[in-house]
Parts: sequence; C-alpha cells; structure tokens
Amino acid sequence: MKRRFVYFVIVAAIVTSVLSDRTLAQVTSDRLLRASEEPQNWITYSGGYAGLRHSQLTQITPANVKNLELKWILPNQVFGAWQSSPIVVDGMMYITQRPNDVLAVDAKTGRVFWQYRYVVSPDARVCCGANNRGVAILGDVLYMGTLDGHLVAIDRTSGRSLWDVPVGDPKLGYSITMAPLIVKDKVLVGSGGGEYGIRGFIAAFDAKTGKELWRFYTIPGPGEKGHDTWSDDSWKSGGASVWVTPSYDPALNLTYWGVGNPGPDFNPDQRPGDNLYSDSVVALDPDTGALKWHFQFSPHDPYDYDSVQVGVLADLNWKGTPTKAILWGNRNGFFYVLDRTNGKFLSAMPFVKVNWASGIDEKGRPIPTPQPAGQPTWPGVQGGTNWYSPSYSPRTGLFYLSAWDGYASVFKPETSQYVPGRNFLGGGAIPFAETAGAPGVRVGRATPINNWTDAAGNGAVIAIDPLTGQKKWTFKQFDVTDSGNLTTATDLLFTGGREGYFYALDARTGAELWKASLGGQIANGPMTYAVDGKQYVAVISGNSLITFALRD
Amino acid sequence: MPFRALLLASVGLALLAAPASAQLLTVDHPGQYTQEDIGRGGLFYNANCFQCHGRDGDQISGIDLRRGLFRRSQSDEDLAQTITRGTPGGMPAFKLDPAELTAIVAFIRAGFDTSASVKVGDAAKGRAIFQGNGECMMCHRVAGKGPRSAPDLSDIGIARAPAVLERAIREPTAALLPINRPVRIVMRDGKTVRGRRLNEDTHTVQLIDEKERLVSVVKKDVRSMDVAKESAMPAYAGKLTDSEIADLVAYLMTLRRQ
Repeated sequence: MKRRFVYFVIVAAIVTSVLSDRTLAQVTSDRLLRASEEPQNWITYSGGYAGLRHSQLTQITPANVKNLELKWILPNQVFGAWQSSPIVVDGMMYITQRPNDVLAVDAKTGRVFWQYRYVVSPDARVCCGANNRGVAILGDVLYMGTLDGHLVAIDRTSGRSLWDVPVGDPKLGYSITMAPLIVKDKVLVGSGGGEYGIRGFIAAFDAKTGKELWRFYTIPGPGEKGHDTWSDDSWKSGGASVWVTPSYDPALNLTYWGVGNPGPDFNPDQRPGDNLYSDSVVALDPDTGALKWHFQFSPHDPYDYDSVQVGVLADLNWKGTPTKAILWGNRNGFFYVLDRTNGKFLSAMPFVKVNWASGIDEKGRPIPTPQPAGQPTWPGVQGGTNWYSPSYSPRTGLFYLSAWDGYASVFKPETSQYVPGRNFLGGGAIPFAETAGAPGVRVGRATPINNWTDAAGNGAVIAIDPLTGQKKWTFKQFDVTDSGNLTTATDLLFTGGREGYFYALDARTGAELWKASLGGQIANGPMTYAVDGKQYVAVISGNSLITFALRD
Repeated sequence: MPFRALLLASVGLALLAAPASAQLLTVDHPGQYTQEDIGRGGLFYNANCFQCHGRDGDQISGIDLRRGLFRRSQSDEDLAQTITRGTPGGMPAFKLDPAELTAIVAFIRAGFDTSASVKVGDAAKGRAIFQGNGECMMCHRVAGKGPRSAPDLSDIGIARAPAVLERAIREPTAALLPINRPVRIVMRDGKTVRGRRLNEDTHTVQLIDEKERLVSVVKKDVRSMDVAKESAMPAYAGKLTDSEIADLVAYLMTLRRQ
C-alpha cells in the first residue's frame, strides 16, 4: 500500500514536470526588469540588471550550509578554463561550453535536453582561449555571441538556430565572448579583440530579426568628442574591447559598459594621449547608443588594466545624501565609487598592493608613478582583480571581489607594427617572482601542481565597505583566484579559486562555514536557483558544472 | 571501429601530404640551429605564440613546446606545417615566410634558450664528476639509480636549459623554486615531518619526506611549519672548476629519458 502510494507520487511528479515543461512562460522584458521578484530563477548573467550577483533565496543558511551535498555534475568534454555563467528559467538551465555550444539542462538532475553546436570559422582569433561567458534570454529565444564575431539566436525548445548575423570581422580579430544583454526588444553586445588592434564597439540588434539598430565605437572617430585623445592613426587599431556583460539601470535608462585596454597593450608611446574610452566605463542609452557620460579609470594605460568588470549598481547614503552609485573594483587595483547618474567621481581606495600610481586625485585621475625599466609593477598584468564577477549585498552593505594581492609583473614595452589579424601587443609582461627564474603567477594554471607560491602573490576575497573604501574582512587563499562571487539574503557568500575549493563564507565576517574540494579551477561566477521548492547552488570547477543542495 | 579506420586514414593522408611542404624551412639539416635564428625565433614567439602557448610553452594541455612534447609534430617539417596550417578547431594558421618559420622552429627546438654565454663541456667527463667527486648521486637519482630525496634528474636535459643548470650547480639557493623549498613541519601531536615541498594550497601541503614517502598534511593538524630559504644542496661555485662545471652541464644535457 505504502509502496503503491510512493509510485503514484513519482508518476504524478513526472507528469507535472512534463506539463510544466510544456507550459514554460515566456521571458518577457518585464520579467527581466523584475528578476528579483522570481528568485527561483537566474535569468540574466549577473542575476539581475543591477549586477549584484545576489539572490533573495533563503533556504540555505549559515546554520544549515554544512548540510549541502552534491546533487549532480555536468561534465564538459572540452578542455580549458570554463568561464561560462549559467542562467536558469523555470527549472531549465542554459549553459555554454567551448567553443560555442549551448546546452539545455534539467536544472534538477543535470540531464541534457539538447545541445546546440555552432561551428566556429577557422578565421577566428582569440587571445586567451575559446571562452564564452553565457547566453541571454528574451521570449523563447536564447542569444549567444561567437568567437568568430557573430550573434546567433536559438530557439529555446528545439535548440535550433533562428538567425545568425555577422557583427565583426574575425580575420581582424573581432570576437564575442560576453553573454549578451537584453534591454526591452534589443540584444546588446560588445566586441573582444583588444590584443589584435581592433577598434572596439558596442552594438544593438533587433531581437526578432537580428537587424543592427545602432553601433557605438569605444574609440571616437574623426570629428567626434574624445578623438583628440589619440594621435595620428593610432585610434584605428586602439583596441578598447568589450567582453563582460554590463549592468543596466531601467529608471535612468542607462547601460554601464566596462571597456578594455588600449592597443598596443604595453607600449603607450605608440598612442600618445588619454586613449578614450579605453579602460573606462561608458554610460549608454540602450535605445539609441548615445553616450551619456564616461569615466576613465586608467588613462594612457601601459599595463593592460582592462576595465571589463561588472559595475555594480547600489543606492547609498553618501555622506548624508541618498546617491545612486556605481561600485567598481578595477583591474588597476583601486575600488571606485561613482555617481551613476552623471559619472561624477566620489572616491577611490586601493584594495591590493599598488605602485603604478601613488593615489587618485580629487577628479578621479590617477597620479602615475611609473617604475624603472626591469622593476616590478604592482598589480601585475592580470590586475588586482579582473573580469571575475563581484557581488554586492544590500543587506550587509558590503562589496565583495576576488583579488590578486602582492602580485606584480615586469613590463617590457617594445614597438609593434600593426598587421591586420595579428597580435598587437607592443611588448610583454614578465611574471615577477621573488627568486630570479622562479615561476611568477601566470595567466592560468596548466597542471595540478601549483609551482608558484605566496612568494609571487596570493588570492583573496575582500569585503569592502563602499562608504569608506575600507576593507571589512579578507579571506586569503594560497593560490590566486579567478572565481566570481555570489551572496544570498541569508548572508552567505559563495566563492572558489584556482585550487578547486568551493566555499561558503559568512558574508558579514568572512568566516569559512563550509567548503567542498572540487579539484578543478573555478573560473566562473557561482549562481543559485530553486526548483520544486529546493534551492540549488551551481558552480563550475575544471571541466565540470557541479550543483549542491541541502541533504534530502 | 569505423571511427578508428577513419582516423587512421586521415593520419595516412596527413603523412602523404607532408613531402609537399618540404620547402617550408630555409634549412634542410634539422637539429642545427644558429644562435641568430634562435634569438629571432624568440621574438616571433613572443609576438605570435605566447598568448596561447604561454611563456614556458606549456599552457595548452598535452603540449610542452620547450620540452619537445607535441600532439602531432615529430620533425621540424611537421612543426612548420602545424604552424602554417593550424589545427582543426584549435590553432589558427600563421602566414610566415620561410626565414620566420625557421627561426620559430629553432627557438622551440633549442628549448627556448636564447643565451649564448653558457659553456657546455665534455659529457663523458661530466658523468664521471656526477658519479664521483661531485657526489651528486648521494642525493639525486638518474634512470632508477640513487635516492629520491633530491629531485630526480633523469629528464633534466629536456626540462632545463643549460644556463639554468649552470646556475643551479653554482648557486643552488638562487635557483631553488620556492615551491621546492625544504620544509619542517611539527604536527599538533608532536610528530615532525621534514622534506621537500611539492605542492601547497590553503588547506594542505604535499611533500616528499626524508624517507622518500609522499606525505599530504592537513594544515589544521599542523602546529608549526618552517620553510627554509636555503637549498639543501651545497654550492659548487669554487668547489668545482669552471671547466668541471661545464662538463657537468654537458652531462646533464644528455639526460633525456623518453
């Protein structure tokens, strides 16, 4: 009798899940605006337009987090850092894998419904691996940028492509690695290729047809404001790529885009001037692509300090005045607070060891202190942080980011000739180590052996109080970390690192509450969702997407 | 099975295609590279290859250019062909002229070593020093003989360039990788572990102890850990003559177990 009852429940559950699959509600632009009202879903790259990577789910708490157990693993057969961030809509997960595959996965079991494979043209050139950071959704359509500079629309039920439009020429180094941003009825993407002498841009496409609606060049052309920050023809190959999903303020109707390094990366003498809008945030009207304001973090940059971080939108009580702020943990080692209505500089404080600048002046401009040739510059070429998603919790009022501390490079500028489609670096950066010849921290970890040590730098999650710029706590790791960060409404912070540990920390104190040794490098942003009343946390470690939930 | 047959067929095609590209390089005597080519190859490498393959040539899984570990290539022509044609779904094709190609191949084959200043002596004499008055075999192991407490040198000839070997002999402490520093760990229960560190992370340390055992230690069980900055190896600068050191370098370069 009891057994028969269990049977009935299982059959009923299967029927319900089949039914719910058939009745998937469309993801309207209105749902995207109010994403925080459906915390069981994670429907944009950062879990909401404000870029917080913060969830309202409350089932997993500091008290029970120790009871998390492995629920499922989705292995990826493609090697290389897996930087993708999944989205989850009504029990269905969409995740990209190298080079440009999309998988539709049952978020409860990890089983795959379909796999879309985009065949990348052999013309594609990418500096740093076949990375893709995820898809966007609108209606019943998924959108993905490709390594060969296309934008594709994919039917979310069949996994077949609906349209495919060229956005940038891959032979010249244009590629798209960011998850697109949907605003209203438009799909917005930017182009990577900052190591190939591209001229960066952001463009909007009609979500229905793929027709291009506007294009904003991140390097102003002749006659445009800011063009005089480049000399001669240097603007034509000046880089300023875009490869991380921006945040969006619907009330102000502004999108906030982090822009990458100027090119050639390491030889600023080839491009005298401030090189706008490289290493800047640009605030664009998503309807027209018009520039409302900009703020440049690292003018005339010789260190490859891309500003491709997610700008986090927070409403602060700034010195007694309610202020719509944007918080920015920059690759150049400084944490910034700006007024997001007009780009006005409010404050900046270093969060790691810095010697490329002695400080930031009252207008927000760095006071440069270039190091003598052959001497180390802190932070090194990978920065004090990088594209790794930060998190902001409105509950704790703290901003959390993954940092590389005490990490330096020796920069060697050289003259580079621009050759279309070739690397345009202007020299290089040598990892700095305390012992000559010993390995300094490198771009990635190639083996399970960590052959650099704390002598070359260390990783950390740092909690910063944006009102003071001061560190509230630091969670140190031995190796550096490329992990994004996730906070929840129960004051948990989930993070990882290159060592393959996945942590739950107390977001208020930084105390370690739980960890799992997953083995592979964590190079994406952890996210959380719920299906059938159960909260899951998903993270990618090495070649595996791994989900946890409380013990049944 | 059909898949395997197809694979063999495509390998066969690749082999057939190889002679057609015999003019890719400017030299036809593989293994002989000029210092000038090696140096120029280094510049090309930094401009074109370094972004994916990394400074040490080992950033792509299964490939270690500096140590001669490739997925496809055996000969210099193979290397040149891979560079000019690219690989399916992987490396892009690079359009380089024969002189540039020759230089890149030379740089890869020379183990990325562009230094011309290191003296390499007589390998047979070096072997005698290694096994005799140099007392190297008191600690090092080669081809299955000798203790394991110091690094096994059986393939050091591919792993290290001559300049690095010479420095390691003269001033071992200056050449010691921080990860390989000697450690002394006192556990909470009073037990002491000494050895050479192999790997370390936030919560654990892996080492080889004095009894040649691989030991993994959980840091929360550790009372204290001391990491010595001095190498356990004596410095040979002054102990051996310059020509004896050159002989030793020559011998070590012959250690290429494969």
